[in-house]
Amino acid sequence: MSGIRVIAGRELRAYFATPLAFVFIVIFLALMGVFTFYLGGFYERAQADLSPFFNFHPWLYLFLVPAIAMRLWAEERKSGSIELLMTLPVTTTAAVIGKFLAAWAFTALALALTFPIWITVNYLGDPDNGVILAAYLGSLLMAGGFLAIGSCISAANRNQVVAFIITVVICFLFLLAGFPVVLDFFGGWAPQALIDTVSGLSFLTHFNAISKGVIDLRDVFYFGMVIAAWLYATTIVLEMKKAD
Amino acid sequence: MIRAESLTKHYGALHAVDGISFTVQPGEVLGFLGPNGAGKTTTMRMLAGFVPPTAGRAEICGFSVEDQPTEARRRLGYLPEGAPSWGEMTPREFLDFIARVRDLKGEQRRSRLDDVIGRLHLGKVLDQRIETLSKGFRRRVGLAQAILHDPPVLILDEPTDGLDPNQKHEVRELINAMAKDKIIVISTHILEEVEAVCSRAIIISAGRIVADETPAALIRRSRHHNAVTLRFEHAAGLNEAAADLRALGDVDHVEIDEATRSVTAFPKGNALILTRVADLAGERGWALSQLHLESGRLDEVFRSITEKEAA
Ligand SMILES: Nc1ncnc2c1ncn2[C@@H]1O[C@H](COP(=O)(O)OP(=O)(O)OP(=O)(O)O)[C@@H](O)[C@H]1O
Ligand SMILES: [Mg+2]
Repeated sequence: MSGIRVIAGRELRAYFATPLAFVFIVIFLALMGVFTFYLGGFYERAQADLSPFFNFHPWLYLFLVPAIAMRLWAEERKSGSIELLMTLPVTTTAAVIGKFLAAWAFTALALALTFPIWITVNYLGDPDNGVILAAYLGSLLMAGGFLAIGSCISAANRNQVVAFIITVVICFLFLLAGFPVVLDFFGGWAPQALIDTVSGLSFLTHFNAISKGVIDLRDVFYFGMVIAAWLYATTIVLEMKKAD
Repeated sequence: MIRAESLTKHYGALHAVDGISFTVQPGEVLGFLGPNGAGKTTTMRMLAGFVPPTAGRAEICGFSVEDQPTEARRRLGYLPEGAPSWGEMTPREFLDFIARVRDLKGEQRRSRLDDVIGRLHLGKVLDQRIETLSKGFRRRVGLAQAILHDPPVLILDEPTDGLDPNQKHEVRELINAMAKDKIIVISTHILEEVEAVCSRAIIISAGRIVADETPAALIRRSRHHNAVTLRFEHAAGLNEAAADLRALGDVDHVEIDEATRSVTAFPKGNALILTRVADLAGERGWALSQLHLESGRLDEVFRSITEKEAA
């Protein structure tokens, strides 16, 4: 346990040791703003809620989260520091969780910095803040899912660009699974159980459910499972090919 | 104790390490020697638990490196090849992180940190990012990290690579000072280092152990062992002198080196010929600038052992 904390602490500090963290946060906030106000028609809708804002999160995460995740392990491998890390008296699991938590905390910080939008909507109208809070939680959970996928792909690839592309593709599949197009494709012939399974695998389905303001434990559990499964896969990949 | 039992590592068809076994006891300083690509680093990585062996097993202080990794690693200080670390950290942050991971607390952490920072002279660079340090300083930071928790076992992959002569000397002193009650394994390409710090040397070639002896015993294998070299003031008369030496009893053969104006007489077997050569030199009144007994040349032994293996 203390190993996780020490590793997460080191990792989090490392984000801010370079301008990268600030660049990332600025881009994140700028894109959030552009999407919400221009594409989402935040003002034009004249409704006091944040759904135009949250609707874009999955698509923004699709590119921004893999950008954070790609360096998680690929960089350790490239610089050789993985040899030091993996010969210290911490378990692989602790290292994997520690690094993941740091990345997640960093994303959480970026997400928290969108609070002016929340203030704006409260200033302009009278939104249901419970729904907004739930949507923030859903967004954070979804970011965690993307990060866990990225962690595993990063552990399997020395090359960060390759890790980025593969992560984007897999995350995209996880989003797509909930799309009407995909579900319609199955709709004609597949049994309902399969359709439910496919849509049940989608980040989008669960994120939309939470962001409506209903925190169903099943949705939270889903993201928890996705994160746990991909982190477990990360430890296996690392054990297998940490030295390759 | 370190125990390696038929450690083997295959990369595809390449047998990087091919059944290496040995044990090291406290008080021993073991030097790994061998040509590039012989398998020294791979062996050390298996001992440290970074590379899982294809076959065989390793133990540190009785703990299996693969089955009880955390227990084994607590007792180990490891300097990986090239001394990797996190470039964006300063040595202060880096060593502090290592201390925390190693569970050093409070006063003990402070005193251990002060100790290694002092020993490796890191005081001046403590707050400079590691990626901007010179190679030698980066190596020293890596060494500091390895000895921080005062472990009973140290595995150091080329600890003095890139250090200036003063620092090489200091690191050797450091190793000697720690040698009494610790187990230390180092790899090196610097043969004097083996003579200076190691109580035992293992030569690895193509993944196998080809020699496992004390440095002194290795040196005795040198054809120069107990040979006598005479360096003449003038080039004239070199050949006559060589003929005189050759005629001496117990001298097997003689080699002349025109460039340095020296003649080396090799004894038959282990015979000591120094006095006889000296007497002869006095008798003939040779103008000598040097006369010395060769103890042997490790590089020659290294070459003969590893090249024979490669052939
Ligand atoms: N990850 C790897 N994949 C494939 N081959 C490898 C890998 N790591 C090492 N090797 C090979 O294993 C052999 C032994 O390498 P090793 O690094 O142990 O040599 P070494 O004795 O430390 O050499 P040096 O003196 O150059 O440091 C080499 O032929 C090397 O190319
Ligand atoms: Mg090596």
